Amino acid sequence: MPVKPWTAFPQIASSEITPESVWLNRRSLMKAAAAGAGLATAGETVAESKPTLELDYAPAEDGTAFKAAEMLTPYDAATSYNNFYEFGTDKADPARYADTMTTDPWEIKVGGLVNKPGKLHLEDILTGFDLEERIYRFRCVEAWSMVVPWIGFPLSALLERFEPKAEGKFVEFKTLYRRGEMRGTRSFTSVIDWPYREGLRMDEAMNPLTLMTVGLYGKTLPNQSGAPLRLITPWKYGFKNIKSIVEINVTDRQPRTSWQDLAPQEYGFYANVNPEVNHPRWSQGWERRLPSSLFNPNRIRTQMFNGYSEQVAGLYKGMDLARYY
Amino acid sequence: MVIPSRWLDSIKAWILPGTINNSGASLFSIPAAWNPAFRAAVFIACLIPFLVLVNAVASNSLGPDPAEHLMHVTGEWVMRFLVLVLLATPLARYGWLRLVRYRRMLGLFVWFYATLHLLVFAQVFIGWSGEQLIEELAERPYVLVGFLAWVILVPLGVTSAQAIRRKMGRHWRTLHKLIYVVAVLGWLHLLWLSRSDVGDAVVYGLIIATLLVYRVRHVLVNASAKAS
Repeated sequence: MPVKPWTAFPQIASSEITPESVWLNRRSLMKAAAAGAGLATAGETVAESKPTLELDYAPAEDGTAFKAAEMLTPYDAATSYNNFYEFGTDKADPARYADTMTTDPWEIKVGGLVNKPGKLHLEDILTGFDLEERIYRFRCVEAWSMVVPWIGFPLSALLERFEPKAEGKFVEFKTLYRRGEMRGTRSFTSVIDWPYREGLRMDEAMNPLTLMTVGLYGKTLPNQSGAPLRLITPWKYGFKNIKSIVEINVTDRQPRTSWQDLAPQEYGFYANVNPEVNHPRWSQGWERRLPSSLFNPNRIRTQMFNGYSEQVAGLYKGMDLARYY
Repeated sequence: MVIPSRWLDSIKAWILPGTINNSGASLFSIPAAWNPAFRAAVFIACLIPFLVLVNAVASNSLGPDPAEHLMHVTGEWVMRFLVLVLLATPLARYGWLRLVRYRRMLGLFVWFYATLHLLVFAQVFIGWSGEQLIEELAERPYVLVGFLAWVILVPLGVTSAQAIRRKMGRHWRTLHKLIYVVAVLGWLHLLWLSRSDVGDAVVYGLIIATLLVYRVRHVLVNASAKAS
């Protein structure tokens, strides 16, 4: 299948970005203050309890869509406020309970319509690809958003190793499903049909923005963020960004996805960020940029394709985005 | 034996309501002199969830996105106080009059927490925009039923003053039957906004359904007793 050549990104002003030293400083100050007062939030203690490793990576290039020129969401916020229903539906549950998941050894089965089906292991994904940092906006379908410095490699680089066949039109992903280690999957009122499944069209999968992610903030992903390997598609709602992937299949038909199965009128296959198409239960015109607080909710307008129109709008030319949401 | 006889009374009260006299001393009765202190203690207890929230907001300990938590907690307390209000009458029929004595206070706390819930919504979800409120009400049935429930609570709260109650006479009781509508709307609100986990909605649904069926059954039993 034809893959669009990569075109240069437009320049984005970097005047608004917070220098790393500033937020690092702020973070260590906050930590010192918390320690001094004998306080520590759950996120901090849990995030630290399972060691994350420093990664070797190339920094994102200034002025490209790979490096959003916006203030970063602090590490503690990004790793203590997560949706990972395998560990419970509360945003704090993943940071609290995801430590029970074994991520080493880890194996990812790649198959379907590929010439060379096979497996990837933890070592392959951490050392077998050139890692880059990407600072992306992250917009959850629930109307909150973050800006996170992810570390990973393009999904296209992974797929090319397994040589997708010409008739492969879609890519399907599955999350680990291990009841003994995932308390949320044992909840009898949960209606998700595990394992969690997601999918992309092949041209979406091959887009340079699409990142197979192994880390954030310079370190490997903590479990609550989807260790050891997750997807990041910054122009789509967060639930597309499937975590803790164990299986990738190239298919010739559109894969079924978990949220679409559960509530097709609320969550579509495309799930492109779109302020014009509201979720049935809330407006998508606005988002809370985290951290947010009661007296400073930090509400900002949501942008079409989460601000990545230039890079991805072409993928959907002529499509009725209100119908294919 | 005091306890078994009370149990028997309870069973009898359930099967044949109105046939037993509950005026006797209850297992849980408190000396009358303690009542004012007890009332103050109940009031403070009802305020505790609010004070906890105020403290959490003031100390900024609600995490990076307190919006959902604030909505969730205030909404949960509305449902809990609603259940307590609806429990008062059945428990009184079984001889436990304590709750019915504070029913007005508990009802006002339903209104109080519902108002907080609405204020948080205005602040963090729609930024006090009238245009966005109208959009929410027009497009989202769960917002509409929740808002309606709050609107109904306004006249109930306003007419809870003793003087107004006396002036209204028997109309007061009729008006305050609207609390059943509030309970059903509140439950619908909860059901329609749940996502993958309907656990809460199921639990509150069972409790509220039981308490409403109790009323219907009571009315039917009374009607048939009168007819015969």
